[in-house]
Amino acid sequence: MPIAVRQLVAICRALAAQARLVVMDEPTASLTHTEIDALLETVNGLKAHRIATVFVSHKLEEVMRIAERVTVLRDGSRVGTYPAGDIDRYRLAELMTGHKLEPSLKPRLANEGAPILEVRGLTRRGHYEGIDLALRPGEILGIIGRLGSGRTELALSLFGMNPPDSGEIRVAGKSVRLRTNRTAIRRGIGYVSEDRLSLGLVMPQSIADNIVVSILRKLTGILGLIDGDRRRKTVSRWIHELNVKTSAPDRPVQELSGGNQQRVVLAKWLATDPRILILDSPTVGIDVGAKAGIYQTVDALSRRGIAIILISDEVEEVLHQTHRILVMLSGRITAAFDPGEVTERELREAINA
Amino acid sequence: MRDFLGRAVHRHDVQIGAIVLLMLAFFGMLSPGFLTLGNFADLLETYSVMAIMAAGLLVVLISGGIDISFEAIAAVSQFLVATILVRFGGNWFVAFSLAGLFGASLGAVNALLIYYLRAISVIVTISTMTFYFSILMFVTQGRSIYNLPNWFTSDLSLLSVPFPVTVAAAALVLTLFILSRLTIGRQIYGLGGNPEAAKRMGCNIVGLQCFAYGYSGFMAAIAGIVQAHRVEEVVPYALIGRELDVLAAVVLGGASLAGGIGTVSGTVLGILLLAVLQNGLTLLGVSSYSFGLVTGVVILVSVSATAYTAKRQRKRSIRHAL
Amino acid sequence: MPSDIAPSPASVSAPRFTSFPLSDPTITMLGGLIVVAAAIFGALAPSRFLSGDTLRAIAFQMPELGILSLAMMVPLMSGGLNLAIIATANLCALVMAAILTHLIQPSTPPLIVAAVIVLALLAGLVTALGIGSLTGAIVAFFGVPPILVTLGTMTLVKGTSVLATSGTVIGGFPPAILFLGNGSFFGIPVSLMLLILCAAVVAVILSHAPFGVSVGLVGSYERATRYSGVATEWVLVGVYVLSSLLCWVAALVMMARFNSASAGYAESYLLVTILAAVLGGVDPFGGFGRVLGLLLSLLLLQVISTGFNLLGFSPYLTAAIWGITMILAILIALLRDQWLVRFLRPSPAESAALQTRNPEP
Repeated sequence: MPIAVRQLVAICRALAAQARLVVMDEPTASLTHTEIDALLETVNGLKAHRIATVFVSHKLEEVMRIAERVTVLRDGSRVGTYPAGDIDRYRLAELMTGHKLEPSLKPRLANEGAPILEVRGLTRRGHYEGIDLALRPGEILGIIGRLGSGRTELALSLFGMNPPDSGEIRVAGKSVRLRTNRTAIRRGIGYVSEDRLSLGLVMPQSIADNIVVSILRKLTGILGLIDGDRRRKTVSRWIHELNVKTSAPDRPVQELSGGNQQRVVLAKWLATDPRILILDSPTVGIDVGAKAGIYQTVDALSRRGIAIILISDEVEEVLHQTHRILVMLSGRITAAFDPGEVTERELREAINA
Repeated sequence: MRDFLGRAVHRHDVQIGAIVLLMLAFFGMLSPGFLTLGNFADLLETYSVMAIMAAGLLVVLISGGIDISFEAIAAVSQFLVATILVRFGGNWFVAFSLAGLFGASLGAVNALLIYYLRAISVIVTISTMTFYFSILMFVTQGRSIYNLPNWFTSDLSLLSVPFPVTVAAAALVLTLFILSRLTIGRQIYGLGGNPEAAKRMGCNIVGLQCFAYGYSGFMAAIAGIVQAHRVEEVVPYALIGRELDVLAAVVLGGASLAGGIGTVSGTVLGILLLAVLQNGLTLLGVSSYSFGLVTGVVILVSVSATAYTAKRQRKRSIRHAL
Repeated sequence: MPSDIAPSPASVSAPRFTSFPLSDPTITMLGGLIVVAAAIFGALAPSRFLSGDTLRAIAFQMPELGILSLAMMVPLMSGGLNLAIIATANLCALVMAAILTHLIQPSTPPLIVAAVIVLALLAGLVTALGIGSLTGAIVAFFGVPPILVTLGTMTLVKGTSVLATSGTVIGGFPPAILFLGNGSFFGIPVSLMLLILCAAVVAVILSHAPFGVSVGLVGSYERATRYSGVATEWVLVGVYVLSSLLCWVAALVMMARFNSASAGYAESYLLVTILAAVLGGVDPFGGFGRVLGLLLSLLLLQVISTGFNLLGFSPYLTAAIWGITMILAILIALLRDQWLVRFLRPSPAESAALQTRNPEP
């Protein structure tokens, strides 16, 4: 069953068990816009049944929509409890991180070089249709759309894991057929999957191994065996460059915090020396403070000349972190915007059209 | 109707059933003595012990684990019960009760070790198997028990249905009842399908596991005394070494090693598949030396086909998940 | 076993957040246990236990079980297991034995003998490669759980052996072969040297070859490893090919030691190899393990076995003790993890990692 229905089943189970208190932990993680609306309505409805709800979330807009009181936690301790009327999103973000966060727009992209990635008429039946896009080095392209809009399928096709039926992909001017992700990686394309936990990292294995997993063959020396020295140096370099907070790279990567884990994932892809990086919902499940760190990293990557496709669910993110925005709906690109010239409202309307 | 057939064809046990029918037809055509009541009666009788063990193993597999020790449990229980009966006398009720008691207890030990040591079921049951069997061989020094009481070995056929077959049928029906009608059956499916969810829903995990492994031990012990009845002696090492055959039958019948999937009907078909195959080959005069080869090919082809169709179904439903 | 395949996508892709106890403490523990065991036996039967004979006995008995355990270890590290190792070894042995006995007579000139030996070795090698490739291909490309595939190949391979020999034994090999099993160089048995060579090769591969490192990654979580650009299907094929190659070496040692080959030898070894691997620190969930640990655990099992033998214990009792040792080792590892959590106060993330072992029911 689709996730939204499963969640409703779970809620029914609570009702059937005659619960008086329901605790929901990040319930909207995999839901579409309409499904989120429906869920939040249901939660509101629980009030009528005299059922109390504890709604754990880091999605500030949703919290503001249904909460009567908000308790903010930071670093394991309670910052405070506030009536919902006295507080807004920005204040919440400030309380959560301890800093004031100033949203700003990206400066326009400097040079107009040749595109590093061109996609023409890419189609895969049932997934997406007639996709045209172009991406220049250093450009951050945002793709936003609801679940089921085809964005992840498109991303996987660009990564070689979902071969299209027709259309053309060109990398640095050369037409390529991406049959496997290994081919894509060889052509300089990396993919940071949206599900960091189940696809981005091999949790029980060491931080070091997780960093070098994609470039094992590049670290070999005599007899085709991995040169321990080069491995060590590579691992140190990326831990340092991306600021991964760890003193022991041989510890399992699952011991790191979410933000640090995401940095390890980025390190892995950067180690492959990519020209194009696809980030699929990179800040899901990461709190506001760590998000800022990720955005800084993404910015640094773009300034290095890496072209980035940022797939996201969050209007805020796409407005403030990209150079261009594409909206996908039902497998097609339905709109293109310049973040400097579109309002949040217009963007939302385009997404939910 | 067409939709029903369409869906039915994809069900694992229907597919296995079809293969069994094909084999029956094939062997029936080639060998006249095959499709006779006498032959089938023999067949059922021979594989009844295996069927009883398979019933127990099925429950463990559905719960998401695996039990390699059931044959050792069968051997130990068989020996204990026989020794007691020889020394103190008794009747079938006593025999079954004792066997059930010993088997369930030894099986429960597995469950407790797996739960409290937080260990993997293969390793634990291999260890207990080694332990149970070795102690048994040490105590018996490999000697058999010949002097089983008359009432134990005398023919108990009911309406010309041999006793072992009756017991096997009862075991399978009991298993079917538990799995499909009792709450605990549903909970075991749930435990196997999604252990995290089962835990969060408040299922008594250790209790369920004790039940599953205890049930497997219980069935194994019953199988043990039925075997003793059939061959009229208790040989400590006779049952060992065929764990993987029983596992093969259950898996051929559609049970999944990961848990949450499996049916009694599938298990019965799995056993039938192997039984018909071997019996058919024998009647065709094919040397028994080729059984292993043929069975191996059947297993490989069957599991490959199952996995392949599952993979294709998953690819098709990936869009749903996304 | 992990597993990992008719089930729903959720359980296939659910990552296993377990971190098996680090191998180093395991190695120290094993080393300690060996010393303790040796001390106990030494005290109980000093003249017979602590003698050159005992050492030689152990040195000769370890290799076949040892190489077979290596053959089991590699698939375990990839998150699977290979139930067919004994059957594979036996079939390889039979193939080599058939060639040797048919083409070598007492009167055959030494040059021809050498050529036939090479031919036999190649034939055995090809057999192993074939079995390994078939197993690996079905595991990798069909996605069937290794337990089931190797159950099938085990039945198939053993069936082939039985059919080919009608259950008989083939024996009588040239001295060159026998030397492999019974000879020594400077007091060290040739078979032991073979074991050490195989162990060294496997150890280097697992820790330093891109293929070997991938094995651990695949064992911990195949899907994420695949998304990272590792050709996991080929890694899996390679795992079972390597495992079968080790079975071929074991076959040589077995042939040499028994001067015969049969479809049914060493069957009781199968479960012992799994025991030895897990006792030696190989994570049964996959992803972790050290060859040194495996060797030490084998040594420990051998010391116990020889010690009990000398003390007049029945071999059955020894086997029972092996079973208990496994349970004890798991118990000790569990207690140590809990002790670590209690006394060292790790960070919440580390503590969660230590405690969230996902046990299979």
